[in-house]
Amino acid sequence: MKWKNIFLIAFRSILKNRMRSLLTSLGIVIGVCSVIVMVAIGEGSQAKVKEQINSLGTNLLIIFPGISHAGGVSRGAGSLNRLSLDDAEKIAEEAKYIDAVSPMVMTGAQVIGGGNNWMTSINGVSIDYPKIRDWELASGEFFTEQDIRSRRKVAVLGKTIADNLFPGQDPIGERIRIRNTPFKVIGVLSEKGQNARGMDEDDLVLAPSTTVLYRLKGRRWVNMIFARAASADQMDAAKKEAENLLRESHRIEPKEEDDFGVRDQTEIIQMATETSRTLTLLLGAVAAVSLIVGGIGIMNIMLVSVTERTREIGIRLSVGARNTDVLVQFLTEAVALSLTGGLIGIMLANCVAFLLNRFTELNPVINPGIVLLSFAFAAVVGIFFGFYPARKASNLNPIDALRYE
Amino acid sequence: MKTIIEMKKVSKVYDLGDVAVNALRGINIEIKRGEFVAVMGASGSGKSTLMNIIGCLDQPTTGDYYLDGVNINDLSSNELADIRNQKIGFVFQVFNLLPRTSALENVELPLLYDRSGLAKDPRKGATWALNRVGLGDRISHEPHQLSGGQRQRVAIARALVNQPEIILADEPTGNIDTRASIDLLSVFQKLNDQGNTIVLVTHEKDIAEYAKRIINLRDGYIVNKKIVKKRRSALNDLENWQDEEEKIQVDYEK
Ligand SMILES: Nc1ncnc2c1ncn2[C@@H]1O[C@H](COP(=O)(O)OP(=O)(O)OP(=O)(O)O)[C@@H](O)[C@H]1O
Ligand SMILES: [Mg+2]
Repeated sequence: MKWKNIFLIAFRSILKNRMRSLLTSLGIVIGVCSVIVMVAIGEGSQAKVKEQINSLGTNLLIIFPGISHAGGVSRGAGSLNRLSLDDAEKIAEEAKYIDAVSPMVMTGAQVIGGGNNWMTSINGVSIDYPKIRDWELASGEFFTEQDIRSRRKVAVLGKTIADNLFPGQDPIGERIRIRNTPFKVIGVLSEKGQNARGMDEDDLVLAPSTTVLYRLKGRRWVNMIFARAASADQMDAAKKEAENLLRESHRIEPKEEDDFGVRDQTEIIQMATETSRTLTLLLGAVAAVSLIVGGIGIMNIMLVSVTERTREIGIRLSVGARNTDVLVQFLTEAVALSLTGGLIGIMLANCVAFLLNRFTELNPVINPGIVLLSFAFAAVVGIFFGFYPARKASNLNPIDALRYE
Repeated sequence: MKTIIEMKKVSKVYDLGDVAVNALRGINIEIKRGEFVAVMGASGSGKSTLMNIIGCLDQPTTGDYYLDGVNINDLSSNELADIRNQKIGFVFQVFNLLPRTSALENVELPLLYDRSGLAKDPRKGATWALNRVGLGDRISHEPHQLSGGQRQRVAIARALVNQPEIILADEPTGNIDTRASIDLLSVFQKLNDQGNTIVLVTHEKDIAEYAKRIINLRDGYIVNKKIVKKRRSALNDLENWQDEEEKIQVDYEK
């Protein structure tokens, strides 16, 4: 009976002061929503990088030239180009724990064929490459050991290239020109679609590593070497083995450091996500600030309304409310507003995440822990500041509360 | 009749740091059940201070105040709240209604805080009280939609709603015209006839004459207490008033 009345009073008060209620919840809505969305964006980009690297294949080792410290993967690598086709071959022949090896020779070029042309990337690889990448052919066939040895000018097209150069036709057997070198199309890869970063994976041409290296690039060094461990629990052994074989072929003295780096997927993910982790942290910090600003907003509204509310408390006390009645009322109001604000914030965050996912390149991933945390923080802020004026005023004499200015 | 309000050497000092204001200086009062007392005095003489103490809204600095034989100094804040809720109906000089809140909800308030279990349904009770002060047709109006006199009557309805024994009114006629004042006093006189104890602050001699007894304050002292010899009846005055109004109307038409 009694409690029902206090709740009734609290909800009447919320409805009666719509603007105040709205602004109070709004602070929480914005705070909660921005924290969730910001962190989701950060974590989304992290997850994307991870997915991308995982999609390279399983049990993968990547060997980079040069001393590839963290962050040196892409940039530092080119400076000390010291990986050759022989290195790849040596590993392929001698390693026990590695069942597939492919060098990677990358270049970009204009491809002309079927009366069309297309700017794309040309990857020189070995016959093991489809196995490592878990990539099948849609039609035709892949090049052979023989093609590689003879540096044959044969090419396997990605789906995008096939569709753009030879729309509605079967490209197998057709001729294309890459940097004025004629190639024969012998196969078309199955469609992989977009990768997590939104880049088209099918926008490439595969050709024998030797052909690309000697006929297109005219260099000796490969960009990197892909190797696949025979099984997941042989990853460490495979890595060690690859290192030893390369040290041997590079004639590195026992005390000298490696002039290459062997990284497994976890390490690559770690290196690659480092930047996006920093981004997450930064976004999180920005969001936390907005949560605090929201909290200050609530405090502000509460302090502005404190005069009115203190008089209200004076009126209530003078008609016989006990101070606990007043406290319970204010607590109820604050809890109700914070909770609705928090829930709306969570819903809004989900909507925003959905829209971002739909209409932008971002793929936010909502973290339930952050949802809980920001919700809890918002609730504490809302309740504290809702409660604060009541706690002070309810201890006043009714007459002092009425006189408050 | 039994004494319901008794003050012994009550004083109130407002300590303002460098100066101390003696608002009340050793007040002795005895008010019996069923009395209708008017408190008079110049501005600043301590009338409101006295009323606030009687109404348990404030406590004396020294001295004792017995309400129904119980010393207020011995009560906890919860017990005081319950007394304000059950025993006392207070009408403030400045109305003190909740803003943006309908007359009905304002008047319901004391019933919502009622712990005696005797209170009737808040809605019904509040409607009854508003009818009692002649505002039955204004229950959903908010304070800003009401005239000063109507607001005052909402405040009175709120004071009546828990059917308290004591009704305290601090200058209830301060903000309204004579006609409305007499209207209001007719309500008080009726309540008094039904057995309620009423204490009313005013500084108009005319108004005080509707009470049964007058207490005069000056500078925190009681200067005299006297019985009203020729007590006025608000109902009679209202009738005469109407007659006169009609007369004026007739004169005007001629
Ligand atoms: N809260 C307060 N702090 C300090 N002084 C006060 C306070 N309340 C009242 N006083 C002082 O106490 C004295 C009595 O005030 P009180 O309000 O009781 O007068 P009053 O008789 O009701 O006057 P009025 O007819 O103008 O309402 C005044 O001198 C006033 O200045
Ligand atoms: Mg006064």
